[in-house]
Amino acid sequence: MKFLISLILALAALSATAQTGGGPLTIRITQGVEGALPIAIVPFEWAGQPLPQDVAQVVANDLTRSGRFRTMPREDLPARPSDVAQVNFKDWRTVGMDNLVIGRITATGDGGYMVEFRLLDVFTGKQLAGFQIPSHVSNLRLTAHHISDIIFKTLLNMDGAFSTRIAYVTVDRKDAKNSTYRLQIADADGYDSKTILESRQPLMSPAWSPDGNRLAYVSFEDRNSAIYIQDIRTGQRDKVVSGLGINSSPAFSPDGGRLAVTRSMEGNPDIYVVDIATKQQRRLTTHEAIDTEASWAPDGSAIVFTSDRGGGPQIYRMSPSGGDAKRVTFNLGNYNSRASYSPDGKKLVMVNGGSGFRIVVLDLETGGSRTLTGSSLDESPSFAPNGSMIIYATMGGRGTELAAVSVDGTVKQRLALQQGQVREPAWGPFRK
Amino acid sequence: MNRAILKSTLLLLVALTAAGCSSLNKKSAASGASVEDRGISSGEMSDIDAARSQGLTDGAGAGAAELNDPNSPLSVRVIYFDYDSSNIRQDFQSVVEAHAAYLAAHPETTITLEGHADERGSREYNLALGERRALAVRRQLVLLGATAGQIRTVSYGEERPVAEGHDEQSYGLNRRAEISYQ
Repeated sequence: MKFLISLILALAALSATAQTGGGPLTIRITQGVEGALPIAIVPFEWAGQPLPQDVAQVVANDLTRSGRFRTMPREDLPARPSDVAQVNFKDWRTVGMDNLVIGRITATGDGGYMVEFRLLDVFTGKQLAGFQIPSHVSNLRLTAHHISDIIFKTLLNMDGAFSTRIAYVTVDRKDAKNSTYRLQIADADGYDSKTILESRQPLMSPAWSPDGNRLAYVSFEDRNSAIYIQDIRTGQRDKVVSGLGINSSPAFSPDGGRLAVTRSMEGNPDIYVVDIATKQQRRLTTHEAIDTEASWAPDGSAIVFTSDRGGGPQIYRMSPSGGDAKRVTFNLGNYNSRASYSPDGKKLVMVNGGSGFRIVVLDLETGGSRTLTGSSLDESPSFAPNGSMIIYATMGGRGTELAAVSVDGTVKQRLALQQGQVREPAWGPFRK
Repeated sequence: MNRAILKSTLLLLVALTAAGCSSLNKKSAASGASVEDRGISSGEMSDIDAARSQGLTDGAGAGAAELNDPNSPLSVRVIYFDYDSSNIRQDFQSVVEAHAAYLAAHPETTITLEGHADERGSREYNLALGERRALAVRRQLVLLGATAGQIRTVSYGEERPVAEGHDEQSYGLNRRAEISYQ
């Protein structure tokens, strides 16, 4: 019941005012795990005109995309039950399925729907999960993502991140002086993209607030970098940091009240923390080298950042009140940058440069590292809020694309925009 | 008619007549650049004459014409850098010197220095590298006689490449500082 209430709240909050722009992202699974769980998602029963979203198909796509499930193609389904009484479990065992999802959708008036689904264990014949979720014509995709989250959690005992969103920057370039930059938000599967800001000047470095309601980003609309915070529901935006030199690299504190930023008005880039309400700033680094790309530990106990105080860029860690910074990256080559924490605070993901630029995960407890990607120009890695996947930007056939990789490197996906370049993905928090 | 422009126009003519087309002497430029110190590399006197007549008739300064002279080092507005470097290369020293001398001689003139980086590595770090390049040029301009107040710097990092390729040639074109006169 608590789930339903929070779901309804989430749906109410979703009355986005932003306009749609750009094409949808298309997603290609480039590598999945061995031993993915076989599951059949039966089309949900529905008696009316075709719905704007095929809920069961969205669920199937979500689960397939995770790399952890093998979903049965529709044409191979041995039956299409919508009620437990109609299910002959032996049929499903015969075709090698472990689990089965059935459901039905009924209209409740004024564009409202009730989406009911059950997750069944084919071997025991038992129901593992069953929910009735109120939805709306505008929110059927989100409802489907919530169903995917429930299935994921039930079968893998891990929070799904299907109902989360990503922010990213797209660029349509005509020539060196003529480009259109868009800050966009989309569902984690790349659909439902909305442009929340469009500019002829560069946009950079989107960062989510912990509550998922605001984005901080860098805009050059005043012919210099400045940091803005924008409410993604109302579109209202505030210039938070501007002035001489660089004003960039915003990162929300875990409590959402402060921003770690980079400023260079004193002559070289340093890390500052800005109180968002009072705009008061506190300088954390004073080194004459480049200090930038701050990221908070999830518990707020530390800030990591990039500094070239030792020569090349490396990752350092310090207290959120400043003071001594200790180098974190050793024996990882001479270029490490843009680090950010995993949601459990135990790992860092970063850009590692050598013969190319790859995404590397560093385990802060063991000191071990893993190179997750193998292209030459990978950048801007960002953890999913469940810690399972990392989204990043990479060079594709038509320019920069987004890609995602599981933390263990086994699952890989590509997300490509229909037109233009797409880059700087930032994976948003769980929707409350 | 702007008296300062008229004066510098006349000074320029005197200098050209006296010294011909000498190349820039770095030492004299550094010790307080004046109009006379400016290097005119190829000595296109006809262009200078044209500048004078323009300056005397419609009020546009000789400097403006000089800025637009394709044979002047002032026409070079882009300074390129080596990989991961903000050192001003030897082949761009004379360009920086010429702009410094011009700014020293035209204290009312302001410029914007845009620093840029190639696409390799992280964007925010590249934003810092772009600034380092713009500041390196500014530092040298100020050493050579410009005042800091004449120079606005801005870094675009790797956000505004001129070349879109993913090869060393494109990277070399993108690692740059661009000078634009206001």
